[in-house]
Amino acid sequence: MTSHSTLAIWGILAAIGTGTFLIRFSFLAVLARVDAIPPLVTRILRLIPAAVLAAIAMPALTHAAGTFDLATDRFVAGTAAALVAWRTRNVVATIAVGMGVLWAIDALGWFGG
Amino acid sequence: MSTGAPTPTRAAFADGARAIAPIVIGVFPFGLIAGVAAVEAGLTTVQALAASPMIFAGASQLAAMDLIGRDSPLLVIVLTAWVINARFAMYSAALAPPFASLRLRHRAVAAYLLTDQAFAMSTIRFARTDEPAPARFAFYLGSALVLALTWHTATIIGVVVGTGVPAEWSLDFAVPLVFIALLFPAITDRATRVAAIAAAIAAASLRGLPLNLGLLTAALIGIVAGLVARGRQ
Repeated sequence: MTSHSTLAIWGILAAIGTGTFLIRFSFLAVLARVDAIPPLVTRILRLIPAAVLAAIAMPALTHAAGTFDLATDRFVAGTAAALVAWRTRNVVATIAVGMGVLWAIDALGWFGG
Repeated sequence: MSTGAPTPTRAAFADGARAIAPIVIGVFPFGLIAGVAAVEAGLTTVQALAASPMIFAGASQLAAMDLIGRDSPLLVIVLTAWVINARFAMYSAALAPPFASLRLRHRAVAAYLLTDQAFAMSTIRFARTDEPAPARFAFYLGSALVLALTWHTATIIGVVVGTGVPAEWSLDFAVPLVFIALLFPAITDRATRVAAIAAAIAAASLRGLPLNLGLLTAALIGIVAGLVARGRQ
């Protein structure tokens, strides 16, 4: 649970929302063309989703209890989910397998879970 | 009930709605989880409900909720969300030529509704058919509105049930699972693969970084690694 104030959270939501709209509106507003973006910027923008998504997902698997530990239910379940995501590219199947493996490991009591 | 053949614009709108239908099935659990995550992070019910119409960008919403829940500094939370959404600049630039003849008001609506999925559907359609701008806009709106409707319905349900989910269900684990599910389609070539691997290793190593700057730093390292990999090809 956060200890940020209600007002601070409104500020966060407004700042993210305004910034995100301006990013979305940018070229549509001024009607600049794709070739107006320098090639290096295009290359950076193309890399952002892969880099950011990997950076968000990884610690949730490797630091399940706060410190680095690969012998956890979450690392094993996340690895299984990653295999499914890689093979099927199916969001529903990925979530289902990840949660299913996690619950199975916990029910079996592996890792002292 | 109207009679006669549908106008091309109306038909294009229906085409857009139909085209995106199979994709929104995957958006539903994602939205559900975003709603639950907002409540779990400690947002009020009104804020959790407002987050989706205010931001309308799932990955950044989930990341922001995670950082809010961990009491990261405001600037780090906002910057992280902006970086995640920087990709929309690329989509905006790609949609500018086909939408150039539309009024500014309509282009603003298109911008507000811009998502990975609606963009993907539209670029496929625009490459195949040579329609006038109003029909293209109608197709885009059909796709974008179906996606928005699904997303908002899912997040509302998530917020409502969010408080009632027992902790033993470990539903918070669905958040990284969503990111894993989105990650693999984002890996399209060697550069994006190198970026993802480098960012993942960096994120696992930099978890202890102060101010929860680990995510931003790891993403930056991934991007640089991707640029270097591309440069050496």
